[in-house]
Amino acid sequence: MLRFLVRRLALGVVVMWLITMAVFALFFIAPNDVARTLAGRQATPEVVALISHRLGLDQPIWKQYLDFVGKALHGDLGFDYYHGVPVTEIMSAALPVTLSLVIPGAIIWLVLGVFNGVVSSIRPRSLLDRGLTVFALFFYSMPTFLLGLLLLYFLYFRLTLAGVAVFPAGGYVPLGDGVYDWFIHMVLPWFTLALVSAATYTRLTRASMLDVLGEDYVRTARSKGLGERRVVLRHALRAALTPVVTQFGIDVGVVLGGVVVTETVFSLPGLGKTAIDAINQQDLPVIIGIVLFASAAVVVANIVADAVYAVLDPRVRLH
Amino acid sequence: MALLEVRDLRVAFNTPDGVVQAVRGLSFDVERGSTLAIVGESGSGKSVSTQTITGLTRGARISGSATFDGIELIGASAKVLRGIRGKRIGMIFQDPLSSLHPYYPVGWQIVEMIRAHDHHVSKDAARQHAAHLLSLVGIPRAESRIDDYPHQFSGGMRQRVMIAMAMSLEPDLLIADEPTTALDVTVQAQVLDVMRNLQEQYGTAIILITHDLGVVAEMSDEVVVMYAGAVMEKAARRTIFYDNHHPYTEGLLASLPAQGDIGARLTPIAGAPPSLISLPRGCPFAPRCRYAFDRCWQETPPLAEVYDDPDHLSACWLSSNREVRHLDRQQADETNATSAVSESEEWSA
Repeated sequence: MLRFLVRRLALGVVVMWLITMAVFALFFIAPNDVARTLAGRQATPEVVALISHRLGLDQPIWKQYLDFVGKALHGDLGFDYYHGVPVTEIMSAALPVTLSLVIPGAIIWLVLGVFNGVVSSIRPRSLLDRGLTVFALFFYSMPTFLLGLLLLYFLYFRLTLAGVAVFPAGGYVPLGDGVYDWFIHMVLPWFTLALVSAATYTRLTRASMLDVLGEDYVRTARSKGLGERRVVLRHALRAALTPVVTQFGIDVGVVLGGVVVTETVFSLPGLGKTAIDAINQQDLPVIIGIVLFASAAVVVANIVADAVYAVLDPRVRLH
Repeated sequence: MALLEVRDLRVAFNTPDGVVQAVRGLSFDVERGSTLAIVGESGSGKSVSTQTITGLTRGARISGSATFDGIELIGASAKVLRGIRGKRIGMIFQDPLSSLHPYYPVGWQIVEMIRAHDHHVSKDAARQHAAHLLSLVGIPRAESRIDDYPHQFSGGMRQRVMIAMAMSLEPDLLIADEPTTALDVTVQAQVLDVMRNLQEQYGTAIILITHDLGVVAEMSDEVVVMYAGAVMEKAARRTIFYDNHHPYTEGLLASLPAQGDIGARLTPIAGAPPSLISLPRGCPFAPRCRYAFDRCWQETPPLAEVYDDPDHLSACWLSSNREVRHLDRQQADETNATSAVSESEEWSA
């Protein structure tokens, strides 16, 4: 188990190193000259050179790369080009917003997906199964921005017009400023995020459960005289959950790097929205900071998913 | 009254291709403490019938009756069946690796079974009982292996674990569905031994489902030979081996490789079992039977007494007189021999 984790961590470090190289290449693939942009249209070549020197852009590439990695390792991702704010500061302002959205959202989609998947697997091809499949596919095939806008239209706009102003139009209230305000601002984004992903989990859980329910050990469980609930939950679901948990780890890793569409629709200043703004402004240090964080999240989530897999399946644990 | 009385059991499945008649009018008795072997090829309905009796068949059309110690099992409520499964009827299956849950230690799985039927047993007591059972079925250092997972055991040891679990509540009946098929020949005998010892100790009756006639010879008191979902022949073990009536039984025995016949050709039963969706008229075995005559293609033979022995039943139109049947056999063997000779002549020509 320990060796397995060490190997996975080493692999993760290699992946991160490759990503820093790729990200660094962005500086040079970027179509415009940052120093020139910063200096403004009327700047003299001397000014541009000065700015270039200050940003270290006149150094040889390998030196710039080593500087970049060295600083990144010390938690210094440089400064935003336009306001001179440290990138880490921008990110630590955006991260709580994304976490507020992603963690409860992920829990909702996991619970919803697994529950629906189990229920529809118990009676395959029944009316309930088909109903849940339609429900899942409906949200699965709906673009996130459309779902978000529809929720806003009905639950904010129409409801507020009708005099029941429950949900706000969007925006973010930090958890520290009041749990209720935070909660009521997040409910619609949570469900926007969760409903789309829950569909995948419903299908995944259902397929996995149908596989497992046909296994010999489920027949054994029934032959032991166990109740049906115990057969389904302790025996079938226990085994069917393994692929679901692995997928969950990967998906959470991906959304931790920011949920662009949902954050934009609900004007949540999370990592996704920050990244989009940075891209529009060609604000490279911010883009790079977010890309690095997002890839680290994916790498770590994958390692965690593998570790959890090993805990769930004793056959992996011991080999 | 026998422990288990099965009468005219019929099981059919709806499939996209049509109705599959998996079991067509099966009847047999199992006496307390005795062993009944059900023999037949794959798809002959052996496993389906026993799983139907214990309520493990899903989505099937079932009719007939199966009375276990006075309790009707066909159509019984889930609660009644749950109380009987495990507690009074233990089951073991063909592949012990896939039959044990891969995520739980073997001891846990046995304890779960014990506590499912007796809520008053403490965890520790159940665990001790499980360890005792594991040593009883011959698992060395059972105390220290109780927390091991199924994949840490060998095939034979896994089947011993299954037996320990199935026997943990001293059931009246053990249904062993191909218990040795997935095992090495050397391990088979040991596993059968374990079953027999526990049978003697607890007085358990056994239904042994197998296609291995060696296992039948080893274990059974009575034998039911099934083909295409119906009983072809039913008799005591010795009768089946030495004084059988039905051509299918005869073919099964002839297809066994005999010891000492090194280099001899095996004698397979030609052809394949019929489709259970559209069974032909007449005897289901007729297309593969070397004795088949006109009547066999027209009418299905009933299961009837042969050789003046009330315990010997055979579903065949051939004469129920022993002498006549033997004469038929000799004649058929001679024709066979001539055709074999002419065949070899053709080869040499």
